[in-house]
This record gives sequence, structure tokens and C-alpha cells, in this order.
Amino acid sequence: MEAVELARLQFGITTIYHFLFVPLSIGLAYLIAFMQTMYVIRDDEKYKRMTKFWGKIFLLNFAVGVVTGIMQEFQFGMNWADFSRYVGAVFGGPLAVEALVSFFMESTFLGIWIFGWDKLPKKIHLACIWLVAVAATLSALWILSANAFMQEPVGFEIVNGRAEMNDFFALLGNKQLWVEFPHVIFGALATGAFFVAGISAYKLLRKQQIEVFRTSFTIAIVVALVSSLLTAFAGHDQAQHLMTSQPMKMAASEGVWNTTEEHAPWTVIASISPEKQENPFQIEIPYLLSVLSYNKLSGSVPGMLELQAQYEAEYGPGDYIPPVRTTFWSFRAMVGAGMLMILLGMLGTYKVLRNRLENSPRYLRWMLPAMALPFIANTAGWIMTEVGRQPWVVFGLQRTEQGVSPLVSSGMVATTLIGFTIVYGLIAAAFIYLVVHTVRQGADVDAPHHKAKSGQAQDSGTAAVL
Amino acid sequence: MLETVWFILIAVLFIGFFFLEGFDFGVGMLTPFLGKTDTERRVVINTIGPFWDGNEVWLITAGGAMFAAFPNWYATLFSGFYMALFLMLLALIGRGVAFEFRSKLESPRWRTTWDWIICIGSLLPALLWGVALANLMRGVPIDASMNYVGSFWDLLSPYSIAAGLSMVLLFLLHGALFLSLKTEGVLRDRARRVAQRIGAWTSAVLLLFVVLSYFETEMFSSQGINPGLVPVLAGMALLSVHFFIKAGRDGWAFIMTGATIVLSTITVFLLMFPNVMISSLNPDWSLTVYNAASNTYTLKVMTIVAATVLPFVLAYQAWTYWVFRKRVTAQDHLDY
Repeated sequence: MEAVELARLQFGITTIYHFLFVPLSIGLAYLIAFMQTMYVIRDDEKYKRMTKFWGKIFLLNFAVGVVTGIMQEFQFGMNWADFSRYVGAVFGGPLAVEALVSFFMESTFLGIWIFGWDKLPKKIHLACIWLVAVAATLSALWILSANAFMQEPVGFEIVNGRAEMNDFFALLGNKQLWVEFPHVIFGALATGAFFVAGISAYKLLRKQQIEVFRTSFTIAIVVALVSSLLTAFAGHDQAQHLMTSQPMKMAASEGVWNTTEEHAPWTVIASISPEKQENPFQIEIPYLLSVLSYNKLSGSVPGMLELQAQYEAEYGPGDYIPPVRTTFWSFRAMVGAGMLMILLGMLGTYKVLRNRLENSPRYLRWMLPAMALPFIANTAGWIMTEVGRQPWVVFGLQRTEQGVSPLVSSGMVATTLIGFTIVYGLIAAAFIYLVVHTVRQGADVDAPHHKAKSGQAQDSGTAAVL
Repeated sequence: MLETVWFILIAVLFIGFFFLEGFDFGVGMLTPFLGKTDTERRVVINTIGPFWDGNEVWLITAGGAMFAAFPNWYATLFSGFYMALFLMLLALIGRGVAFEFRSKLESPRWRTTWDWIICIGSLLPALLWGVALANLMRGVPIDASMNYVGSFWDLLSPYSIAAGLSMVLLFLLHGALFLSLKTEGVLRDRARRVAQRIGAWTSAVLLLFVVLSYFETEMFSSQGINPGLVPVLAGMALLSVHFFIKAGRDGWAFIMTGATIVLSTITVFLLMFPNVMISSLNPDWSLTVYNAASNTYTLKVMTIVAATVLPFVLAYQAWTYWVFRKRVTAQDHLDY
């Protein structure tokens, strides 16, 4: 494989991996902050046990998110040197601000939160976890403003053959950012909520620590329902924005080759032939694509072939159609997972309101695999967004193969790709093992600490002898 | 003008990183050696528990600041020192999860494995940063279009390895002194003994590095700003460490290793200015603060953000050190 393909593969693998942990961290941070707030307000030990239990898993998850994030920050320079030179004066800005504004806050206050339980007044300790949640959200905002620039470049001018920032507020006010950011944040909340709901369901099925996990489930399922719905609405907004900013991505994600008639039908599924540039087979729902695109029954949607001709006129000869199958199916995976999440959220909320939760073992069993749904949706969503932007790395400005480091050989990229994949795999295995272990221990046990304490007496005894 | 401001700011970020992460790298390297029992090791790790992540952000911010203020420096350095950076990233990744994972299971094998990952994960970045700095000072093969044309092995030479060793020893000393301030009893005694033992070695290797720099680099003759007394003060600070330990003034000894780190880093940056990466092939191909920088507007925006935010960062990080100012003992609630 060529270096550019390997570099793309590396970016894809490390970013998808990183983004399994990030939304869970953001979602859990808010849920835990809420639980701890209940503890501080009501002074009820149940909420403290909840906070501590979910806090343990949150910290395991956060650690992996942080360390894989360091890699993200450096890999632009390693594998994408020409991209970095070309857009660094714009794109680097939000990354630096993110580190200054968010990372410092997030990691410092998280450190205080972990170690400060007995050292700080309750309210100040509570403020620390809220600051972590807010900082993590701000961090997403800055990263997404950098990503929004890649989707829809604004606030810059081309000087001396590179992009230079000329309007910071345009970068922050990018329309793309403000349709992307809510979609990602609500998705993160849903990720945390389905995670808490799924594990709580498991504990309820096993009839362990019912009190803690019933309340956990109740909080989580309400958040799951509301955030899944909001994610869908925000996603709808984003798709409509795509119609004007990146119609090619929209056309590819819908499998539309030729510009549609006035009443555009929506393709549910299709077999796609990129070679023949047509869909030999498809199932359609009339009018629906017009509704989705413009909120009305009419309105034609431009097709890939027309857009290809238009882009050739604008940017010169080349293939401007992204990998259609990947874009089409990742979009459907995301939407399908999202729909299931909304359904399960409604069902769970209904059961909680009717007080029927613990009598519904089948529903509780569904909630276990349902934990995977937000992860599938997040991943598929990013694949659609990033693959659908191809062949561009920065839309309309730089093609992906132009951004790669010119002198980093494919052998070097392959070496680091293999290295990171192995290490990430080992970390994932250890992480899953520890999460399962923590869940088995449950909310009442504070095992390592108790054990350590009994061991400490002996150790300090020997220490005294020494 | 703004280019110079950002050169200074990036120097400040690296100084913060080396000073702060310096001691937690040192503590990490010492973990398997100083702690004889599991509880002792946990005490050692918990001394840096609340701090290490915040310390590491100084590096991430330095990386981000280079990207925004000097995109060409960022691109050339990271794509050029590719394999070295890869090893450093693996080390930092392993070390970061190790802190969080190690005490979550009882198994001694599990814990010992992570302890060694902490140790090596702290040693390797220290060594590699030393190697990197030596190469930045000496110059590396960079072509006319700002790309590094050497290989990973070109970065390794007796000179750069001497720099790596100085960095490792300096951080070990810094970490041992930090431990002497944050622990009690036998652990504190052991930490002080380590500090006393490696103090002389640190001075010797650092001196060797300075002498080699005289022959290996052109910094003393041609470019850069004359650092004047700064390196002399760095040397004196290092030599004073020994006396402060003997006098039982561990706090002062720690401040002096810190001063050595800060003053040495200042010296390196002064000598480099206005270069950020020296080309060994042709001086005209070197990257300077001028040809590597972003445009004025970007630098202006970044300056405003940094000037607004950094005071707060310093304030709340200082507050962390205040909250956790007490020594860590085996009787404490050990989170890690």
C-alpha cells in the first residue's frame, strides 16, 4: 500500500478508537456530576455509592481517552506534514486553544476530583466534576471547530500558497460547527446514558444492589431518551445544512446518482454499483427525501453525476465522488442505531413510569447489547462524515493525497500503524477486563482500598522494623 | 515581533513541561526500585497521582502551540523525528493507563507489569527528549523544502545519547527529591539516599554534555543570543543540590534541580534563537521563527487567548499543589 493509504488507515483506526472513549467520558461526566449533585443536595449515601461506582468506570475510560488523545494531537505533524503546513495557521489555532482552555482544566480538576474526596469541602469537590464535564464539552467544541473547517473552510484567505486565518470569529461561528457540535454532544450524552442503563439492567437482572441500580437506570433512561431524540433532531439539521455546504456527501449518503425529480423519493436500501454509476436495485419511499432535505413535499436533490460535472468545471479534472457504498451504508447504520435507541429509550421510560422495570426481564436483557448502539452510531456517523468528504481533506482546498508527509515512507507508516494497533488492542483488552471486574464487584465494594488498608498495617509494621 | 513572543511562549511551555513532568517522570522511573512492597509502590505513585496528568498537558499545549504559531516547525519536527516520536507516544500511552489500571486488580503479576510500564514509560520520553534537544542544537539534515531527509538512526550519536542520559539523570534527581518532600520514614530515607548517590553522576554527565556541545554544535560561535551567566547559574544550582541534601534542606535541593532544568532549557532556547530547526546541509535551509511562523493575525489571536488563559491555568494548578501539599503515607486512602 502507498504511504497515503496507510496514513489514512492509521488516522481512521486511531481516531475511531479514540472516539469510542471520548463520548463515553463526556456522557458519564455529566451523569456522575448529576448523581453527585443529588448526593450533596439530599445527603443520601445511595447517591454517593452511585457516584463512586460510575466514577470508577469513568476514570478507567477517561484514562484511555486521554492517552489516545495525545496521539491525535501529534499525528497531524507525523503523517500529515503538508496538510499541517498548508492549514496550520488556521487549523492549529483551535487545537492550541483546546489544550490551553480545556485540557488543562479537564485534567487538573479531574486529578483534584479523584484524590480530593476527603480533602475538600463537599461543594468544592462537586464543582470539580462539573468543571471536568464543562471542560470536556469545550474540548469537543474546539476540536469540532477544527473539523468544521475541514468540512466547510471559513475565516481564512490563501496567501503565499497556504491558508491563513483572517477571522477567528468566523471560524467559531461556522454554520457547520453549530450543526455538528449539538449532534456530537447529544450523541455523547446518549452514549453515557445507554452505558449506565445497560450495566444497571445487568445488575437488576442479577438482583444485586437494586436500590443503587434502579435509580441509576431511571436517571440514565430519561437522559437516553431525551438525548437520542435531540441527537436525531440535530442530525436532521446537519443533513439539511449539508444540502448547501457539501451536496456531494449528501448525494453519496443517499445513493442519488442523477438529480431527482421535483418530489424526491428516499432510498431505504439499495445495491450500489459505483462502476456503472447506478443502483441496480433499490427500495424507495416517495417524497421522503424532499421532506428530509427541505421539510416540504417538493424539492429536487442534486445527484452525484451532475455534481461531478459541476466540480470538474470548478476544480479541474478529477474524481470528486466519494466511496459511495461506505458513505451510503454508514449513514444507514447510524440512523438505524439511532432509531433503535429512541425506541428503547421510550420503552424504558414507559416501564419506569409504570414501575414495571424489574418485571421486564426481556427488556432488561435487550438493554445489554443496546449499549453497543451509540458506539455504532458514533463510529458510523464519523465514517460517513470523513469518507463522504473525500477526495478532499479540506473541502475545496486540499486533496487528501496532497496533505501527507512527503518523506515519511510507507514502511514507517506501516510500522507505527502496526505498533499502535497492537498497543491499542492490548489496552482495550485490559480495559474491558477491568470494567467487567468493576461491574461484578458492584457498588458496595470498595475492594482495592479495603485490601490495601489491611495490607498497609503489615507494611508499615515492617517499615518500622527496617 | 509576535514570532519572538511565541518563541518565548513555547519555551515557557517546554520549561513548564520539563520542570513539572520532570519530577513525575523521575518518580515513575523510581517506582519499582524505591517501593519494596506493593503498598510502598502505591505510596510512591500516589505522590504524583493528582498531578501527572495536568503536568503532561504542558507538552500537549506546547505541541498545539507549535502547530498554531509555527506550522512548519511542527510539521518538520514531528514528521522528521518520526520514529522517536512514535516511541515517545507509546511510552506516554502505556504510562498513562498504567497509573489508572495498576491497582484495580489484586494480582501481583498484573501490578508488577504495570509498574514496569510506568518505569519504562517514564524513562523513554526523558531519554528521547534529551536526544531530540541535542539534535535541535546540533542541526539535522533538512532540505530546501523544509523536510527532514535523515533516518531515525541519524538522530542517535554519542552526543545525543549523552544529552538523553543527562535528561534522565536530571529527572531522576528531581523525582527523588520530590519524593523526599512527599513521603515519610523509610521511603523518604531511600529517596534521599538515591538523590545523594546520583547527584554527582548527574553533574558529571551534564558537564560531559556541555563539553561535547562545544565541539558538536556551532552554537557557541555563530548564531543565537549569548546566554551570559544563565548556563553558569544552571551549573551552580546543580552543584548546590548535594550540599542542600547533606544539610537536610530537601526543599531547597528540589528547588535547585528545578532551577537547573529551567535555566538549562532557557540556555538551549537562547542559543537556538532565531532558529527553530537548524539544517546541517545548508544554513539557508534552516527553519527560523520567521519562515516557520503563522501569519500575524493568527499569532495576535493566539496571544490574546494565551495571555487571558495562562494566568488561570497557573493559578488552579498551583492550587492543586496546595490542596495536596501533605506527605503521602501508607495510612492514607490510596486512590492509585
